[in-house]
Amino acid sequence: MKGNEAICEAAIRAGCRFFFGYPITPQNEIPEYMSKELPKVGGVFLQAESEVAAINMVYGASGAGGRVMTSSSSPGMSLKQEGISYIAGAELPCVIVNMMRGGPGLGSIQPSQADYFQATRGGGNGDYRHIVYAPASIQEMVDLTVEAFDKADIYRIPVLILGDGMLGQMMEAVTFKEIKKQDLPAKDWITDGTKEKREPNIINSLYLEPELLYAHNLKLEKKYNAIVDKEVRFEAVDLEEADVVCVAYGTTSRIVKNAIETLKKENIKVGLIRPITLWPFPEKAFDQINTNVKGILTVEMSMGQMIDDVKIASNGRWKTSFYGKSGGLVPTPAGVIDSIKKILGEEI
Amino acid sequence: MMGSVVYAKTKALTDVEFHYCPGCTHGVIHKILGEVLVELDILGNAIGVIPVGCSALAYKYLNCDIHQAAHGRAPAVATGVKRVRPDNVVFTYQGDGDLASIGTAEIIHAAHRGEKITTIFVNNAIYGMTGGQMAPTTLVGQKSTTSPEGRNESVCGKPLKVSEMIATIDGARFVERVSVHSPAEIRKAKRAITKAFQYQLEGKGFSIVEILSTCPTNWGMKPVDALNWVKESLIPYFPLGNFRDDINGGVRK
Repeated sequence: MKGNEAICEAAIRAGCRFFFGYPITPQNEIPEYMSKELPKVGGVFLQAESEVAAINMVYGASGAGGRVMTSSSSPGMSLKQEGISYIAGAELPCVIVNMMRGGPGLGSIQPSQADYFQATRGGGNGDYRHIVYAPASIQEMVDLTVEAFDKADIYRIPVLILGDGMLGQMMEAVTFKEIKKQDLPAKDWITDGTKEKREPNIINSLYLEPELLYAHNLKLEKKYNAIVDKEVRFEAVDLEEADVVCVAYGTTSRIVKNAIETLKKENIKVGLIRPITLWPFPEKAFDQINTNVKGILTVEMSMGQMIDDVKIASNGRWKTSFYGKSGGLVPTPAGVIDSIKKILGEEI
Repeated sequence: MMGSVVYAKTKALTDVEFHYCPGCTHGVIHKILGEVLVELDILGNAIGVIPVGCSALAYKYLNCDIHQAAHGRAPAVATGVKRVRPDNVVFTYQGDGDLASIGTAEIIHAAHRGEKITTIFVNNAIYGMTGGQMAPTTLVGQKSTTSPEGRNESVCGKPLKVSEMIATIDGARFVERVSVHSPAEIRKAKRAITKAFQYQLEGKGFSIVEILSTCPTNWGMKPVDALNWVKESLIPYFPLGNFRDDINGGVRK
């Protein structure tokens, strides 16, 4: 199944019944699939007049209690940032998909990982965070999408699925597992009319009094700390034995795995940290790295963004270097191998 | 002798004191909006979406479920709410900066889709909350903090006539401009708001009431002078009346 379609099928099976979006390549199969399939299950698909409107429709739909999703690609994601900040501030659950393409500006329509900063730092204003999942296969994208809706509800937080044009467009075999019903918190905060029997429910991110906004920020921080404690996900490969450790996520991690297999034949031991959550970033994975490692190589389909988090996690313990390509060009296994050999050569 | 109650504050308003300036007519508009919600018996079913601007704090005053929206985005937020809760009564309450400037795309397309929501559009020809800057509805020659010599038509164009524009959109089924500068006009405004909500209750599509309102503080006028200025300066440019009433005879102007 094509990645963009698989993510929709997973969302519908996870109970998503509302979708608001705007066309942009390379994610158009998502609104197209939703427009065809959501009405069949009694859901609502609406093509908004812009990404700005779409994310604000999500804000309204989520506040009114709907299980809701939107999707876009890089330039469109920039437009959604205002809404994401409000959604985070008002503590609303939703799932957002970004099938990244090249940038900055209109960039290209080819795959890219150049929205890492935007995804993990918050492209919108204010002190906020949201979960970012970075699947590396269509199966993982399906599984994480199902989970994303529950995590969004549990923490009342937006969850971003960060894919790229490659993951969206390629086809892989995928299994839709039976979905276990989670015990989710009751939504007693939604707007569905007071019936004049309860106090009004207010969906809001405005706190004009400094003490109240600070208290709200502390409350959010507590939630974010709980997510850092409980929701970090990563895959670690051969960190105890490795001479060099690579860090890569999503599509790029598959290229790195390919390079690692090739180097094994030359008796060069390379480990891999593959963050599955980009926020919270798997800093604790780095504690598993053996002390004799010669260097950490970050590989990205960008000019180098996640490397900032790798440096923070490394905390000066190892030398860090970067290999990547951008603009729609994809890092090659040969390029990864050259970079790894350079690290070893410098040290020998 | 026992007295009898001839007037009571509507239960659609909370007991929180308004922050609005003396002479500002937001309070009157809140009151008649609240009275309509009670008279149509939809208060408990209502979900409001409020804007950025002077009425950003209306969630403290209106006694119903409320979403506070980003600047200009209330019609999009209301769309999301209404699509999830089609049986609720959903309204937006927006000022001229919010609706006629930063939120033009959202209001036009909510009307264009025939979104079954009601918009209360408060036009006082100025940015109030931010301190009196020029609005898209500021009159030519009208002074503001960003048009200190008066609005210059050759630089900024003429004020935007929102009701006339929205009345051209087929999804908009009820469009009326009213004022609240006198008791008689307030009664007419209340009738228009009632009709607008009736359109929504009957599932007839988008409805909007534009209400000319005062801003004595930023206009630099005494409250009574401000009421007169609505009558003598605003209304000649923004004529009152119905622009669309599809059930009762279609487009009139």
